[in-house]
Amino acid sequence: MTEKKIVLPTEHCETCPAFTQLEQMGIKVGDFERVIALAGNPNTGKSTLFNTLTGLKQHTGNWPGKTVTRAEGGFEFNKIRYKLVDLPGTYSLLSASQDEEVARDFILFGQPSCTIVVTDATALERNLNLVLQVMEITENVVVAINLMDEAKRKGIEVDARSLSRDLGVPAIAITARSGEGIHTLLGAVADVIEGKIITKPLRVSGTPEFQKAVNELVPMIEKMAPGIPNARWLAIRLLDGDARVQKALSTGELGDIVSRQQREDVKFSGKMSVEGRQ
Amino acid sequence: MPEPTQLSLLQPGQRATIMHIGGAIALRRRFIEMGIVIGETILVERHAPMGDPMEYFIKGYHLALRKEEAAHIQVKLHGDING
Repeated sequence: MTEKKIVLPTEHCETCPAFTQLEQMGIKVGDFERVIALAGNPNTGKSTLFNTLTGLKQHTGNWPGKTVTRAEGGFEFNKIRYKLVDLPGTYSLLSASQDEEVARDFILFGQPSCTIVVTDATALERNLNLVLQVMEITENVVVAINLMDEAKRKGIEVDARSLSRDLGVPAIAITARSGEGIHTLLGAVADVIEGKIITKPLRVSGTPEFQKAVNELVPMIEKMAPGIPNARWLAIRLLDGDARVQKALSTGELGDIVSRQQREDVKFSGKMSVEGRQ
Repeated sequence: MPEPTQLSLLQPGQRATIMHIGGAIALRRRFIEMGIVIGETILVERHAPMGDPMEYFIKGYHLALRKEEAAHIQVKLHGDING
């Protein structure tokens, strides 16, 4: 795999004919055409990738819960403006904590154009749990296999091509710190959004009884919250006994969120538009 | 066959296979999310100065668990003749 080296805009870049693709826009998001969510386990370099793309200096560091709420920034790639949302680092989206709730609510209801799941190349297996969970919610997923420099140092080889094939979504090897692989990653994101890459996310089908139960629940959920983006996922959550989803459905909260979404399109509900950066 | 024992009772340097995961649903789920799954090998790395928490190595990374939590994980110690 050949990776393009870092191409970050400097003053020289703007006058260089070879420079085209990535322009960091910091917090001046303004009008944007696409929203990208950044998900991933804690300490996989999500915030580093966020900073590389937006040019912001969101605090990066080696402790959990650093990204308390989501941070937002912008960049332009191939003349298209993107808003990038850095979600809190989580091992899961099953809402054991507020962080997980923020991350999953955004992926589920914020309906980003694409979600990048940032993974740690040196502990890929553990990271794939979250990848599978995100792929249950949305089809527009690109996996960024980050920390490739550390992996190489540890003698770990990652077969991104095979991983892409097995997961059914693009998996791109990157080193966010140096910018390596960033253009390939953004190219894959654009291709997924534009439908040039049709993803086919690996989904755990479960037993026939489980599938039957899901199929029975889906129409009920769609009736309770018309236009809900992912009734299948909610059905699975209900079968799992997820108290938060039960409550959101029974109180009509989900239906409200959906209709608000439809009215305001890409604007997010009050709770979810709490902006913050630490 | 050695009897399964609690992960929390192992000493640094000992290696074991995970046989059973107990505890409340939320805790079990958390274990699984952290890569603690049945059949996986786990190595006891060391313990903190007061003996708690313990540091383990599993699936290529380091994981610290309180003894209280690790007690919910039943393991079979490696190195026994019949193990």
